[in-house]
Amino acid sequence: MTHPPRVEERPTKEDASRNRRERPRFRDGAGAPPQLAHPARRGLRTGAWAVGLVALLGASVIVAVAIGPAGLAPADVFASIAAHLGIGEPTLSPLRDGIVWELRMPRVLTAAAVGAGLALCGAVMQALTRNPLADPYLLGLSSGASVGAVIVIVLGVGLLLPFAAFVGALVALAATLALAAGAGGAGGRGGTGGSLTPTRTVLAGLAVASVFGAVTSLIIFWSATGDSYREILNWLLGSLSGADWTSVAIAGGAVIVIGMPLLTSAKTLDAFAFGDTAAAALGVHVGRSRALLLTATALLTGALVAVSGSIGFVGLILPHGVRLIVGSRHRALLPLSALAGAIFLVWVDTGARTLFDPRELPVGILTALIGGPVFALLLLRNRGLR
Amino acid sequence: MTEPRSVDGRSADGLWVDRVHFTRGNRLIIDDLDCTVPAGAVGALLGPNGAGKSTLLHLIAGIERADAGAARFGERDLATMRRRERARLVALAEQEVADAPGLTVAEVVALGRTPHLGAFAGPSERDRAIVARGLEDAGLLDLADRDYGSLSGGERQRVNLARALAQEPELLLLDEPTNHLDIRAQLTMLGLVRELARGGLTVLAALHDLSLAAAHADHVVVLAEGRVVAAGDPHAVLTPELIRDVWGVEASVIGHPATGRPLIAYAGIADSPVASLPVMGPRVQA
Repeated sequence: MTHPPRVEERPTKEDASRNRRERPRFRDGAGAPPQLAHPARRGLRTGAWAVGLVALLGASVIVAVAIGPAGLAPADVFASIAAHLGIGEPTLSPLRDGIVWELRMPRVLTAAAVGAGLALCGAVMQALTRNPLADPYLLGLSSGASVGAVIVIVLGVGLLLPFAAFVGALVALAATLALAAGAGGAGGRGGTGGSLTPTRTVLAGLAVASVFGAVTSLIIFWSATGDSYREILNWLLGSLSGADWTSVAIAGGAVIVIGMPLLTSAKTLDAFAFGDTAAAALGVHVGRSRALLLTATALLTGALVAVSGSIGFVGLILPHGVRLIVGSRHRALLPLSALAGAIFLVWVDTGARTLFDPRELPVGILTALIGGPVFALLLLRNRGLR
Repeated sequence: MTEPRSVDGRSADGLWVDRVHFTRGNRLIIDDLDCTVPAGAVGALLGPNGAGKSTLLHLIAGIERADAGAARFGERDLATMRRRERARLVALAEQEVADAPGLTVAEVVALGRTPHLGAFAGPSERDRAIVARGLEDAGLLDLADRDYGSLSGGERQRVNLARALAQEPELLLLDEPTNHLDIRAQLTMLGLVRELARGGLTVLAALHDLSLAAAHADHVVVLAEGRVVAAGDPHAVLTPELIRDVWGVEASVIGHPATGRPLIAYAGIADSPVASLPVMGPRVQA
């Protein structure tokens, strides 16, 4: 590969030193070779945060499982885990062990997986749409996934649940993007998918979410015989109350299987920072990358919604929080957002099941209580966005 | 057909735009356009708003695909190259200076390394050194750790240039690089571009200021309505007649008292509407 000779590689030394001296500068600088002040500072900080968050997540899972009416201690949780992994003798009564291993552990792990997945989806969507307000819930994906999930449940083909939710999410995403593009006009110079304005996209997402939410409610209302209101609420606001080990497998599997390729796309996502033209100029296949990555987020959202309903704002709050700490490079942002999302949802769900014990709140009410103000803050901070 | 190898017996070095045609919707943007910039030369792309300057730069950079024709650099057809490969050969510094929240200046410049990095590997020492070099060239070392969002428009313009240089291109495309810059910064920017060209970089820059272009470019290409109306040495091309025809402005062209480069002194808006423009034949070269 040939590159143009740089200043040091001039033919003659005389030339080189002359040019070096006369080299135009925006500011007078020292002759020493340039060096960045702290090239690795953010890298170290990211590593420290990652270690800290992993530890915090582990501790959160143990403590959250212990919290609740049965009067368990973290030590009991450890004992139960050890027994089930075959590295210790069972010390808990079968009833208490069942509470740990069959009820709370799957629920807490599902919360962690759903939180991690939603935060990842939010971070990826924010980068691809250059929209700080992007989130699977706000752009209607979650509502679309709910419709898909509810349809297959009503039809009694539960095996297709994650797939149907994925199709629903994809349809909703396509509807939102098409609506936003249509509402925004055909775009100006070089206008492609990346020039959708944030507020138009969110408005389109609101319209799509309203319609899909209503469809979900109608389907449940027509089909359900008993407590349909509760079930409607669980889908529309999200709930982890039914989580079992299958939920863990679906949500956790999706986070791992889809999260990994998303992590390897960090550089591509970075390249979108200045829009489609800049990304293309950096060698990114803009259309294909966006389509692939958005499909991946729809797939992930589908799997998450299939086990938890539409939990809102997690994908909005956590990536923005993490950005304040480690900046916008996705190599750091994606894994830390996932960890923070997992911890966040573990604790919010613990709140949802204990605050009004024995009654349980749909967890989405709490995430909305926290996320609504964050959303408002982002609106104020990004007043320049149309 | 322009045949790169045969012109003036010179090698096929440099940028060759050959019969490029581009429509967006049913609007014709670039009409059968030919132009060249010799290797290591600074080419200025001139023309009124809407003449197709930005689009031409985008077509050369492979960001949009021409309906017909080809852009070549040396013997490489830019349209058919792999994207990453092309991004290591051609860099584009855009006109807009968009906001990118949460990135430092050094991180923005490091984006220029994207086409050089693998999917998993982090930046190497060499990558860091090249980023530092780009920052130094653009006079940004002091701002390296600043948040990009806190920069002025002119500073962002320089970051754009540094990011493009971090791609280590052989062909640098600049879309109005002197936008938002004060006069000293404009001269510094174009002086730097000249310096880079002396090191072998080929440059094509869309510019609005004709005198500034005449002072810094080896070669000017004047566009109007998607066609080249004149191209070549600034002295030969920038005549009062051409300026009247293309921009609808009355001007005198005088020699700069110190440098002798063309200096354009505007006298006012031309009375007659912009005349129908002569189209330069594809063979006319510098």
